[in-house]
Amino acid sequence: MRRIYHLGKTLLAALAMMLPATAWAAGEKATNIVVVADTRRVTGILKYFSNLYNTDVVMSAIWSVVLTVAIGCFLGFLMDFIMERTGLDLKSRKIIEH
Amino acid sequence: MDAAWLYMYMPIAGVKIFWPGLVLIGYSVGVIGGFFGMGGAWMVTPGLNILGFPMAFAIGTDIAHIAGKSMISTIRHSKFGNVDYKLGLIMVLGTMAGIEIGAQMIMWLERLGQVGPVVRWVYVGFLMLIAIMVFSDYAKARQKKKMGAEAGEKGVEGFTWYKTLHKINIPPMMHFKTSGIYCSMWLPISVSFLTGILAGFLGIGGGLLRMPALIYFIGTPTHVAVGTDLFEVMISGLYGAFTYTLKGRIELVAVFVMLTGAAIGAQIGTVATKYAKGYGIRLAFGTAVLCCMISIILKQFKYETPAAVLILSTIGLICIYIMTIMFKGAANELREKKEREAMAARA
Repeated sequence: MRRIYHLGKTLLAALAMMLPATAWAAGEKATNIVVVADTRRVTGILKYFSNLYNTDVVMSAIWSVVLTVAIGCFLGFLMDFIMERTGLDLKSRKIIEH
Repeated sequence: MDAAWLYMYMPIAGVKIFWPGLVLIGYSVGVIGGFFGMGGAWMVTPGLNILGFPMAFAIGTDIAHIAGKSMISTIRHSKFGNVDYKLGLIMVLGTMAGIEIGAQMIMWLERLGQVGPVVRWVYVGFLMLIAIMVFSDYAKARQKKKMGAEAGEKGVEGFTWYKTLHKINIPPMMHFKTSGIYCSMWLPISVSFLTGILAGFLGIGGGLLRMPALIYFIGTPTHVAVGTDLFEVMISGLYGAFTYTLKGRIELVAVFVMLTGAAIGAQIGTVATKYAKGYGIRLAFGTAVLCCMISIILKQFKYETPAAVLILSTIGLICIYIMTIMFKGAANELREKKEREAMAARA
């Protein structure tokens, strides 16, 4: 199991290196310095994730994606629940171009 | 009064950020992105930079936020039937391959030391082309309408390039029910591949290019183009979130704070599409593209402050425009609903 995890991590890291590093770089190019999270000024869950970022960056990247999806879905469905109570018809619309 | 509680420490970027500013950025981009069907990196990145994020962090944080925000908007658009998932998934293939080639071209230019100016001017050129295309399409449609042209399924249209492209008969032919089009599978793949190359080359998400491409070259109705594009932005945004965390350029705390604002903004922007006419969305989009182009030109000539002012005022004005559409439309709908119910009760 551990070997599979490490193999997966290596493959993901290799993929990220090979695929476009510049695909989103609209602004200035990022410098090649290693950025370390300052864990002295944070507590609780923030400290946990900052530590994780410092020690296992691949796991931290996976968590970034998972948490973004989870929070996106949670907020999306929560707002959907609230909007449905406004009385507006949110399931149909007419497509009018002019 | 101590205002320290209004500032939040970002452990990776190592800076203290005014968090209500993050909520406001998230909200504005939620409104605009939900209405136009794009990520809106051109709005978020300068905003984050002004709040105090170093540029590299602004780009990475922006990408993860865009993924989450597009997810919220896609959920809402999906309920309206504005997302053509089949078309979106096929286009993802072309987009990913295209982005890879575009990025390779950037690396080649980087080796020549020409990357900065070339990319900026190509970007300006394409934004100008998009703005010209949108405005002349509108002018042509109006002219046709005045001359009494017969309205098709989508009303009187200006440019109908997609009709010519639909005649390409290379199998497999596919029916995209939500968009109401029947064409060769290779058409959306080619269009997304080309817009992907450009997105990779320009270093943007691509919503700005894909939205008009979906309308003019593939023939999707404006509302479906908005929803389908957001679905694609969501997928590419998640990929971006992964790679940028590996590079240590994402501040996840800021992403989540921005998403709280985006959740409300995205509802307003998305629901506003219900009350807006397709050409209204196109014209507002053209105006946004034009302002974005001018701000890049200003940046190129080192007028950083006027560029930021222009972008921020564009965001503010477009937000007000969209919110007006949404609230007016919603108020009308609720009034009509009440009247109907009152009439039914009387009967």
